[in-house]
Amino acid sequence: MLEPPVVALNKSYNRLSKIRTLFASQKKAPYLFVLPFVVSFLVFFLYPIISTVIMSFQRIDGPESITFIGLKNYKNLINPHFFNALWVTTRYTFWTMLVLIPLPLLLAVFLNKKTTMGKKYFKSAFFMPALTSVIVAGLFFRLAFGEQETTLVNSILGVFGIKPMVWLQDPEGSMFAMVLLCTWRWLGVNIIYFLSGLQGIPAELYESASIDGANEIQQFWHITLPSLKPVIMYVLTISVYGGYSMFAESFALWSGPRSPGEIGMTIVNYLYQEGFNNNNLGFASAIGIALFVLVMLVNVIQLWVSGFFKKEGV
Amino acid sequence: MTSKYKEKIGAIIIYLTLLVVALFCLAPFFFLLISSLRPGVEMIRNGISFQIDFSALNLKNYWLLVEGKDGIYPLWYINSVIITVAHTVFSLLLTSMVGYGLAIYNFKGKNLIFIIVLVVMMIPVEILILPLYKLAISIDLIDSYMGVILPFVVTPTCIFFFRQYAMSLPRELLDAGRIDGCGEFKIFFQIMMPLMLPAFGAMGILQAMSSWNSFVWPLIVLRSTDMLTLPIGLQSLITPYGNNYDLLFPGAVMSVVPIMILFIINQKAFISGLTVGGVKG
Repeated sequence: MLEPPVVALNKSYNRLSKIRTLFASQKKAPYLFVLPFVVSFLVFFLYPIISTVIMSFQRIDGPESITFIGLKNYKNLINPHFFNALWVTTRYTFWTMLVLIPLPLLLAVFLNKKTTMGKKYFKSAFFMPALTSVIVAGLFFRLAFGEQETTLVNSILGVFGIKPMVWLQDPEGSMFAMVLLCTWRWLGVNIIYFLSGLQGIPAELYESASIDGANEIQQFWHITLPSLKPVIMYVLTISVYGGYSMFAESFALWSGPRSPGEIGMTIVNYLYQEGFNNNNLGFASAIGIALFVLVMLVNVIQLWVSGFFKKEGV
Repeated sequence: MTSKYKEKIGAIIIYLTLLVVALFCLAPFFFLLISSLRPGVEMIRNGISFQIDFSALNLKNYWLLVEGKDGIYPLWYINSVIITVAHTVFSLLLTSMVGYGLAIYNFKGKNLIFIIVLVVMMIPVEILILPLYKLAISIDLIDSYMGVILPFVVTPTCIFFFRQYAMSLPRELLDAGRIDGCGEFKIFFQIMMPLMLPAFGAMGILQAMSSWNSFVWPLIVLRSTDMLTLPIGLQSLITPYGNNYDLLFPGAVMSVVPIMILFIINQKAFISGLTVGGVKG
């Protein structure tokens, strides 16, 4: 039996007003506000993580043929390719941290000095590379580090009497190219972080220090550096995060996940190659989990060394 | 006398350092621009170098952008624009809601959700590409705009930023709105959202920039040539059978231009989005 139209209308009206009261209710509204995140987290974060963990214990030859193989994928991680990727990625992370913390810190201090002229223009110039995609940056650096004697890098080094080299086929040369590419794109961003930290330091600290006769270098060590500790910690953390998850820079320099002699093979590159090119889903998942554990471990160690877990007021 | 001398040397060191670094930052733009005006054959032969034949520079390559490869480049451009705009709009709408909800209300599970937001911020997306790809296949998101946008539309960084911003909103307005009989969502959209406009500006630019330049996920989820975004499309031009430098360089230049214009118009918005979203204060 069909419902009379009035009843149907009434029903749908009731449903509508129910929804309306749900949206208006002070008790329930907060949950609706945060719902987008909860849904997105469950579907596009938690579920993928769980599915990677499961896949890392499986051998997947197709949607129908999945076998549970215990820790075999993790045992397979003990191979020269993975160790090479680990080594390349660790070196890359180390060098980016060594360059991308002191250098932007120094530049930020220079830019923060009252007497420096043209701050605005320098700041814009430093930040502009951050606007480019890694592909555009990679295009420049790949050809600037080209093998010909005439390329930008070789001819600049030639001025200092250094012989031209085939950068992107040499382990040290390609590491230099990757770190330089990263430095180019991230320098400005880190400068901005440090500048915002510097602007938060009260000027009275410096005034009283200079009354006490402290020179600028002493002021830097005893006021600037300790005050910037939270910002330095933050930059350190994102450097570890960015360094260990590096993928696109290497992909752009060699236009693909493969590089000669695996000199540009990072952990995520290895994951990509195993997962997408070789279709080793289970093994690639184990690589992903290993990377996850590694990043967490390095972060915790770093926080521990810096005294983050000690009592407040450090 | 000596202190003045010292000051001068200090100033020279400072300006010299700043100038050298500025040169390092700007030179690639110059070379990309010049290269986009050079015949592609020359790029294969010499790479990027100081030897530039200025008389051979011309705009032919830019014409090629429109006509070359059956006009695929304009298509990539359109894809990038659509994805960036849609991603930014939906992301701002959803993350501002979440951030506001976390800042204004007290409810069960609020702290847990906020902690999860912070944890998600700390985990590299790259770890998830494989299972996300599997998921995208099973819910039919491969090779679509939706597939690029959906997994990363509720950005934790934006939530964090909006929450920090919404913490400073006047609570009295909330009560005033309730007395006037507004529902909670009406209060958000009609009273609070306009007050959060500066946050929308800063996050909009940050989100648009990261969406426009996004590489890893679109590389995986987009398959057919006419669905690609600019970074993926440009990347696909580099093949072992000949590098299409005629197209690559002008294509790269044109992909930077819109963001560069935005940056020149409103530098402050770029920078404020970074600092408040980044440094946890």
